[in-house]
Amino acid sequence: MILRVSRYRPGVDAEPVFQDYEVPDRDDWAILDALNHIKDTVDGTLSFRWSCRMGICGSCGMTVNGEPKLTCGTFLTDFTGPVTVEPLRGFAVIRDLVVDIDPFLANLSKVTPWLVREGEEPASEFAQTPEQLEAYKQYSMCINCMLCYSACPVYVLNPDFLGPAAIALAQRYNLDSRDMGDRFDVLSSEEGVWGCTFVGECTSACPKHVDPAEAIQRYKLTAALRSVLPFSRRRS
Amino acid sequence: MSPLRRRAEPYLWLLFGGGGVVSALTLPALVLILGVLVPAGVLSRPDLTALLSNAVVRLALVGLVMLALFHAAHRIRFTAEELLGVARWDRFIALTCYGLALTGTVVTASILF
Repeated sequence: MILRVSRYRPGVDAEPVFQDYEVPDRDDWAILDALNHIKDTVDGTLSFRWSCRMGICGSCGMTVNGEPKLTCGTFLTDFTGPVTVEPLRGFAVIRDLVVDIDPFLANLSKVTPWLVREGEEPASEFAQTPEQLEAYKQYSMCINCMLCYSACPVYVLNPDFLGPAAIALAQRYNLDSRDMGDRFDVLSSEEGVWGCTFVGECTSACPKHVDPAEAIQRYKLTAALRSVLPFSRRRS
Repeated sequence: MSPLRRRAEPYLWLLFGGGGVVSALTLPALVLILGVLVPAGVLSRPDLTALLSNAVVRLALVGLVMLALFHAAHRIRFTAEELLGVARWDRFIALTCYGLALTGTVVTASILF
């Protein structure tokens, strides 16, 4: 099996170039295993991020045959011909398959991603019913792998867009019964939910079934009602 | 975002969202009536005109057409801007799309009333 890997070595390559590597065509190998095989035995200069190998850490997202994928969960047996491995689209490439995640981290921090409380400190834990947990649990499954950003045509065209994962993260707190924060000003803006044109690719790309597109559309309804009805200050 | 766009976007999106819901719920019924029952002779043209004699039915039809057109306008606006890469002409494209939707609504209303 041929792995066609995008290489970019600052100071050496003017722009990314492809390099072909022959890897054993093993049934039980994910793309990440093949990359590690190259790194360990063929070419130690190849750079890429990875950590857990089991779809939890969100580090190994890359563009595999044009699609944003976790390389630890995408197997060689899924392909017949040469497999093209490129860095995630929509992000600046630092080296080879490593992209700059700083803009993404900045977007995450814009949505106040923690429980906001007002008034006195609680005397004990907050109990939640299963229904209250279910209201936001799905959005808490995000592993920050950035596949949704790479899949989103709006984000790729406009890097100022807050993006799917950040808005889903905001909804994870908005829909939490313990949260008293208000994220309206950040979310109800052109860079927030109104930038989304509901292409839905974020949800297709998400390896954890978070459904960021749903999170965004739900907040659009909240934001639209609050904008249209000035007296409607209800919490999302 | 300009204050104008910030004010307009929620309304436009509500029209889009409302249009999607209303179309999904009612268009199958309309297709059944106009595309199947009338050609099959189950319903006749006088039946339909009798239905339209009720002002509530005509009002509902105008509302349905308006929402469906604004839904389409919103979708066409963004599909055009993203696929053709012409987002810098957003104002012109938006005015054209929503203008056509408004025109279609006015024409529908003038035919029915």
